[in-house]
Amino acid sequence: MAEGSPRIMKRLVPMWIAIIAGFVMLLSAFFPITESLGETVGEIFNVVAAIAFVLGAGSLAKVNLAKISRRDQGWGYAAITLICFAITLVVGLGKIGVPQSTQFPLLGWSGEKDAEGSIFGWIYEFALVPITSTMFALLAFYVASAAFRAFRAKNLEAILLLSTAFIVLLGRTFAGVVLTGWLPDWASGLRLENLSVYIMQVFNTAGNRAIIIGIALGVTATSLRILLGVDRSWMGSGD
Amino acid sequence: MSKFITILEGLDRRWIFLAMAISVAGPILYIGITGKTLPETPTPTARAVYKEIEALSPGTPVLLSFDFDPASGGELTPMATSLVHQCAARGLRMVFIALWPLGPQLIDETIKRVILADYPNLKEGVDYVNLGFQSGNESVMKVMLTDFAKAFPITKNGVAVGDVVALKGIQRVDNFPLLITISAGYPGAKEWIQYVISSSGGKIKMVTGCTGVQTPGLYPYYPVQLNGLLGAIKGAAEYESLVNSSLAPKDSSAAVPAKYLEAQRRMGPQLGAHLLMIALIILGNIAFFAQRNSKVRATS
Repeated sequence: MAEGSPRIMKRLVPMWIAIIAGFVMLLSAFFPITESLGETVGEIFNVVAAIAFVLGAGSLAKVNLAKISRRDQGWGYAAITLICFAITLVVGLGKIGVPQSTQFPLLGWSGEKDAEGSIFGWIYEFALVPITSTMFALLAFYVASAAFRAFRAKNLEAILLLSTAFIVLLGRTFAGVVLTGWLPDWASGLRLENLSVYIMQVFNTAGNRAIIIGIALGVTATSLRILLGVDRSWMGSGD
Repeated sequence: MSKFITILEGLDRRWIFLAMAISVAGPILYIGITGKTLPETPTPTARAVYKEIEALSPGTPVLLSFDFDPASGGELTPMATSLVHQCAARGLRMVFIALWPLGPQLIDETIKRVILADYPNLKEGVDYVNLGFQSGNESVMKVMLTDFAKAFPITKNGVAVGDVVALKGIQRVDNFPLLITISAGYPGAKEWIQYVISSSGGKIKMVTGCTGVQTPGLYPYYPVQLNGLLGAIKGAAEYESLVNSSLAPKDSSAAVPAKYLEAQRRMGPQLGAHLLMIALIILGNIAFFAQRNSKVRATS
């Protein structure tokens, strides 16, 4: 019993939850009578997803605290992460500096956590927004460097890829209009901006549809394996 | 020539970074000083977004899902501005939701920028409402298909949705004739198509504005499941020009406010960056072929 209990809790219970929930969701899509059951499973999932945020926070703290205690390389960054996390958590949950809600003036803590003038709102506007935008903007620099070093016309496939890239890069800007805007109406299909749309709508769509159909078949097969309890790798085992 | 090739081969990437900074900063400064933007010719996908919104009669509820965060705000915020601008001008009932945790703040910013600034007659809770964020990704979409109030029981301000006039007559997500998503990834436009549009049996139409990375993956759904598509800042600029030209007063020559030109202003830096990329690819290939030829000569 002592050996069996962890196995039941760690393996059998999650597996049966997944099987029952999966079949309920599957059936609710085909039989209206089971629709409310599917809705209940969906609601349970939403609650679990909200709890996952707490789990994520715990995991973040655990990983970074371990890095600090071991004095791993870059442990200082882990400390900064934890300090920032703690500050955001405290000012967000405690609604520090939040003005009272005009809608519910008699209720304490009724103001919005991100209201104008609140510390949480300040963190969002002056720390989070610039940091994330900067990270995203850095992509342009790395893509340019990678294009210079890696985009080589080594063979026919690479030449086709390069030509397509040039058409799309030019067609998605005003350069396309400048370069080929002079073409007469009967040859307008050859204008770079129109060629760019044609590539996206025909070649890209055809390729993507093939990939989507392939993924759908793969998802169906994997889902069936999970629903039937054959595939248990999602529980973190090597089965 | 050989000296040039040697320089190319050993080019430090910091020079490339500098070139990129100049090619982006130049147009930003020029457009910022002169206020001039590049002309845009809307493509059919952008026209379709405009037409779908324009086809709705005033007072029709529309669901706007802000599924992005500030990281992709550079591409998606101008779309959000123009979409809300057209919806507000059309007199539609706007119901805002977010499936990304930072979406509600972006909704508030857009409401402040467009509705509170230019449409002060619209009332919160009556003409528009922000329902905030809900965790659960696709599961939230599935719940909305059967009971909208269960997925979003209260507004961002804590008011029960049953008391919100803007949600009158909304029991399920398919009570909205149009769904507008602004999407940066997962969950986003693709999940809306897979879980809501395909399950609604054609009751809801959907248009989306998405990042450049997502755009190729969404083209296969256009125009059947997806009725309109704004791809990246280019799509935003096309749509923005359409909205601005339709909303500009016929008898006035007043300048369009800068906030309604953001996408078109960003097409300048995009042009600079794209031209630099092409130049870098060509230079890289010149160096590659020169190196290969010298190797062939050396071995022979």
